[in-house]
Amino acid sequence: MSDITKQSLSELVKNIKNKKVSSEEITKEFVNRSEKSKELNVYITENYSSALDKAKKFDQKPNLDLKLPGIPIAVKDLFCTKDIRTTAGSKILNNFVPTYESTVTQNIWNEGAVLLGKLNCDEFAMGSSNETSFFGNVQNPIDKNLVPGGSSGGSASAVAGQLTPITIGTDTGGSIRQPASFTGIVGLKPTYGSCSRYGIVAFASSLDQAGPMAQNVKDCALLQEVISTYDSKDSTSINFKRNEYSKELTNNIKGKKIGIPKEYRVDGMPKEIEDLWQKGINYAKDCGAEIIDISLPHTSYALPTYYIVAPAEASSNLARYDGVKYGFRAKGENLIDMYEKTRSEGFGAEVQRRIMIGTYVLSSGYYDAYYLKAQKVRKLIKNDFNEAYKKVDAILTPSTPSAAFKIGEKKDDPVSMYLNDIFTVPVNLAGLPGISIPAGHDSKGYPLGLQIIGKAFDEQNILNIAYAMEEKIDFKNKTTDWWIK
Amino acid sequence: MSKNKSEYLISRKDNQYEVVIGLEVHAQVTSESKLFSTSSTKFGAEPNTQVSLVDAAFPGMLPVINEFCVKQAIKTGIGLNAKINKRSVFDRKNYFYADLPQGYQISQFKDPIVGEGNVILDMPDGQKKVGIERLHLEQDAGKSIHDLDPQNTFVDLNRSGVALMEIVSKPDLRSPEEVSVYIKKLRSIMRYLGTCDGNMQEGSLRADVNVSVRIKGSKDLGTRCEIKNVNSIKFMQMAIEYEANRQVDLIEEGNSIDQETRLFDTKKNETRSMRSKEDAHDYRYFPDPDLLPLEVSDEFINKLKSDIPELPDDKKKRFIDEFKLSPYEANILVSDIDTAKYFEEVVAKMGKNKDIKLAVNWITGELFAVLNSKNIEISQSPISAKNLAILINLIKNGTISGKIAKTVFELMIDGNKDPQKIVEEKGLKQQSDPKALEALIDKIINDNREKAVEYKQGKEKLFGFFVGQAMKASGGKANPQLINEILKKKL
Repeated sequence: MSDITKQSLSELVKNIKNKKVSSEEITKEFVNRSEKSKELNVYITENYSSALDKAKKFDQKPNLDLKLPGIPIAVKDLFCTKDIRTTAGSKILNNFVPTYESTVTQNIWNEGAVLLGKLNCDEFAMGSSNETSFFGNVQNPIDKNLVPGGSSGGSASAVAGQLTPITIGTDTGGSIRQPASFTGIVGLKPTYGSCSRYGIVAFASSLDQAGPMAQNVKDCALLQEVISTYDSKDSTSINFKRNEYSKELTNNIKGKKIGIPKEYRVDGMPKEIEDLWQKGINYAKDCGAEIIDISLPHTSYALPTYYIVAPAEASSNLARYDGVKYGFRAKGENLIDMYEKTRSEGFGAEVQRRIMIGTYVLSSGYYDAYYLKAQKVRKLIKNDFNEAYKKVDAILTPSTPSAAFKIGEKKDDPVSMYLNDIFTVPVNLAGLPGISIPAGHDSKGYPLGLQIIGKAFDEQNILNIAYAMEEKIDFKNKTTDWWIK
Repeated sequence: MSKNKSEYLISRKDNQYEVVIGLEVHAQVTSESKLFSTSSTKFGAEPNTQVSLVDAAFPGMLPVINEFCVKQAIKTGIGLNAKINKRSVFDRKNYFYADLPQGYQISQFKDPIVGEGNVILDMPDGQKKVGIERLHLEQDAGKSIHDLDPQNTFVDLNRSGVALMEIVSKPDLRSPEEVSVYIKKLRSIMRYLGTCDGNMQEGSLRADVNVSVRIKGSKDLGTRCEIKNVNSIKFMQMAIEYEANRQVDLIEEGNSIDQETRLFDTKKNETRSMRSKEDAHDYRYFPDPDLLPLEVSDEFINKLKSDIPELPDDKKKRFIDEFKLSPYEANILVSDIDTAKYFEEVVAKMGKNKDIKLAVNWITGELFAVLNSKNIEISQSPISAKNLAILINLIKNGTISGKIAKTVFELMIDGNKDPQKIVEEKGLKQQSDPKALEALIDKIINDNREKAVEYKQGKEKLFGFFVGQAMKASGGKANPQLINEILKKKL
């Protein structure tokens, strides 16, 4: 069977179930393509031979009732995988091999999938372009020297470049939706508490969520169904009734009220993005949805709030990487010297910057002015959404303020880099689900995404809206396989 | 509350100084597993054998609160007559140290689980109420071992993550003696509740001691110094005495006190500076985002309240009312839960015709002496409460005399034998048959005619001689009361 790697997850599952193709054949195809795609630099750790072994084993005794029967999947290297190196894109965990498995990845293996490898990402998920990874930047399959976005850039490129049929990323401020938008794929950030954080290298605990990334909405729904489970090992996991998202998926969104927040029309927004948004509004109308203008008054405070809360939590979460117990250790004269050298050499510049910011905003004398104030604003941002959801069922915005940019273009300008997250960050602060779907191209032919934000635990609704709009948009990714010689 | 007459004051020239002391007691929660992980808390295991991935802070590991520890903290709060906060928050206290794997300690900063309460101290000259500021739950750190290797420090994480209750008193204590009574009372309450074993040797109970001094009668508090991590009552008292005198000397010399953290050197019996206020850590406390605020319902608290056993203060009151004990006796019996249990078991086993007074005397006298000489706890007593009750009943019903009882008691120590059996086997039963005793006395009077005549002529001292002879002749078993009666009649 040709073009296996071009098939969507749903097609692959169907073909495996109909015994048209074996897990081994599929896995071989993805391994072959991955091996030919080294230039994209999406893999930190390859797990090809083990994947092939597991695929063979699956074929010997195939359980076709599973949701991901024998499907090879590569995952972001932020998920701890038992006996397989897990680096979080950092030198400080370069040699770290967990003895345990994250709940989210375990859920995937429980449904029959096999691990292809661990995907590149920004160091500790801190970045919007995948340029902060210790393992080098990732190439966007859309064009040479184009960033794939971040932090789940390796994951986005792997799906867009057809090196894995689906993948999982994590999203703290936009790390699934922004790279999905930059690479022309679908990415869902679930409601906070939907997917367990157990075994995921922490960046900012109150914001981090794992989520699916896929070629289309249906695949995304299926993967969400697999990874979202209540987990008593994560105290912030929420026990709510989870849908069978893929089974309950419908394109009938007639009468759904979709809000358009005026505050998202930011200064200096490129006309292309304006136009894309308008196009999205029209598609939603075509699907029978009702468009309602809404206001989210505290939107402009979301980014500064995020860049206080996230670094504050990160500065504490990353304190455990001290060279004492595991990971990289530099030689030092004494304990303090060892700490300083380990952390100076082990962490990259962006991670150090955020640790510094976080330490600063939590220090005595500044706590009230920064951290405490940010927590109060965070409440206001949540309230904005609560108010809006009295009038609408979902909210439609662009995913990002621009299309993907060139590698190196914003590397030395952290503030302009942070602006990438302007439309995605409020969703994390409010703990809501948001999905990015590809919706058009800019003048250079680079993909642009639209974001649909839902009520808490209302993943089904935004998946349905995305599914209906996807049909109307009929997006085609302009990939050329330029990296394959 | 009466004023403490035996005031602890430090005199210098014309000035008299009062010492103001507040304690932060760290009490290890009695629990099978740690505060946020399922590792065992058992003391004395091989290093690093009771360490989970959470305790060692592996990437992606998350804390999950141990409900039992929450219950223990609430119970302790109830025992301290304190307000239980239905909503409390776990915060991260951030600092780097090799035995702190997370790089932060999970503690409670702004919103502790238990608020204000109090403890009643029984001082020699009356009761004193000491205020409790708060009680909060926190994780213990691991242990750094510096003396095993000249170059390296070893770290044992068995203790890492074990639940501690930090109990903060108000600055209400005024003397080393009060501190001693306070610690013992806290320990007693927690042992009654089963929330902390109070074992200071194993580090289950230790304290940071805040000391300041002021001219007697002054209302303002002086600048305090905190003496860190003192692990015995004796050392606390020594440290306070040293520190208070040091501060008084500084003031008398016209110097001021620097607020600082100090360490007590048990070998040199002195405190010395560890770090000044300027060097104090900035712990960057903030709510732990891995844990939601801890919320408990009235129902949850009331259920725990209904499970609270009788505590020392109530037990003392009951002992005084029910058994007519003196406050002093009651205090001795209730201060340790095992002593109270032992006493109550003796009382129960004595049955209907019981002699409480005799029981108290035997427990606080003979039994305590044996425990002291063997250096053991009453829970390890070689004589069971049941057998002691039997012994006391044997005295009470005249089967043996008090003197013989002491002999029987000695025999009971080895092997916890039934005193009844000892009396039978050794033939120690008191001779109370009047006819037999009369015959015995007749013979003695006959053999000592001259002395009998002297007695009759008024030499009354000789009565004791006849009693002694009768006891001797009976091998010490004669009922002394009967001997007296018969002798009076016959002489």
